[in-house]
Amino acid sequence: MSGILNSSIGRKFAMAISALFLMFFLLQHFAINILSVFSPNAFNEASHFMGTFWAVQYLLQPVLIFGVIFHFVMGFVLELKNNKARQVSYAKNNGAANSSWMSRNMIWSGLAILAFIVLHFIDFWIPEINTKFIDGDMSGLLPNGEFRYYEELTHKFVSPLRVGAYVLAFVFLALHLLHGFNSAFQSVGANNKYTKALKGFSKVYAIGIPLGFIFIALFHHFNH
Amino acid sequence: MNLTLKIWRQKDANDKGKIVDYQISNVSPDMSFLEMLDVLNSEIITKGEEPVAFDHDCREGICGACSLYINGEAHGPDRLVTTCQLHMRKFKDGDTIFIEPFRAKAFPVIKDLVVDRGAFDRIQHAGGFVSVNTSGNTQDANAIPIEKVNADKAFDAATCIGCGACVASCKNSSAMLFVSAKVSQFALLPQGQVEATDRVLNMVNQMDEEGFGNCTNTGACEVECPKGISLENIARMNREFLTASLKG
Repeated sequence: MSGILNSSIGRKFAMAISALFLMFFLLQHFAINILSVFSPNAFNEASHFMGTFWAVQYLLQPVLIFGVIFHFVMGFVLELKNNKARQVSYAKNNGAANSSWMSRNMIWSGLAILAFIVLHFIDFWIPEINTKFIDGDMSGLLPNGEFRYYEELTHKFVSPLRVGAYVLAFVFLALHLLHGFNSAFQSVGANNKYTKALKGFSKVYAIGIPLGFIFIALFHHFNH
Repeated sequence: MNLTLKIWRQKDANDKGKIVDYQISNVSPDMSFLEMLDVLNSEIITKGEEPVAFDHDCREGICGACSLYINGEAHGPDRLVTTCQLHMRKFKDGDTIFIEPFRAKAFPVIKDLVVDRGAFDRIQHAGGFVSVNTSGNTQDANAIPIEKVNADKAFDAATCIGCGACVASCKNSSAMLFVSAKVSQFALLPQGQVEATDRVLNMVNQMDEEGFGNCTNTGACEVECPKGISLENIARMNREFLTASLKG
């Protein structure tokens, strides 16, 4: 058991588990954000609950941060190890003949997503932590007595530059998921009669969720 | 056909090596790729130069000896064939063809296009067998009922010839398709169950020690495999390994 993470398959399994967790988180994140399109009140209520409920803040949030950091660090470690496994490159290599662009460039789409997460932390997470845990304001209210969450969200999508960066990041996320979703199931050993159906679902998820986030950003940008 | 060949030449394991250009004319489309190289070598020898070294044995696509990375693909552009079964009709007059050895840290070049695939032998020695004492009253193999679907999958896995195309094609030089085929052919049969735990742990451990990379599920190995070994075997090996790790 102790040797699992020192083995190639163990590391692959750990990558897959963290990926599955992050994909579940992404779905939950989308479910809340899409509320902002249909009902600002529902979005405010859901955001306030997620931002103040102790189990989310003190249990799920640390697990999420660990999951994100683990996935990125392990991804870089594996990339470096894999590069060492071929010390002389081919003079001519036709990768497109046997594999998808997405599968061969997970490190680049991953780096683009990492850049987005840095932006997202500066945009959202750091001010949120500052308000709640430095200033100690857990009310979630603006001075006028209304919830601040919807106002903050729509304010973020005023700048066309930021909206452009968000859209681009979600394009990279779609590319990452187009390979990553299915790959995670293969890594945990799930390749069976359901694999074909899973591949179909993975395409729907990989394109649908990022497209949904892009829709939310554009919706608020053009409706502000 | 007249062709330009760009061939990797390397005097020995310590030589740096480089691509050398050769022109060859009057190549018949009916020649196999190795026959074309035989003709080239005849011309090179006639000039008093060192012929191009490459691996080959049965030339029937069953021994796994031939290799070659041709125009950026293991065993060339055709599917489900080894280099010896690749024919020149797959190329056009005037083509430039890159011919390189299978590249991986675990497959060091010995000379020109010949690589040392001994790492695969060492992985096999680590557990790719069934220890059955055949002295005395050996049971008839047909006396043990095996589901047809499992028998077929075990046979499919057993068709792996260990050529190394999976390693050569993988961007990470991963050997997981090969190892998973060898694990699967026994894991699917009752005869392989007794040593199943040790087999998968030892073979994967040896694979890691040899310096092969990690699988990232690009699927290139499955596409380039001359025997069509399925990625399903890698998923099975992952399950076997994780279960064995928890047990042991």
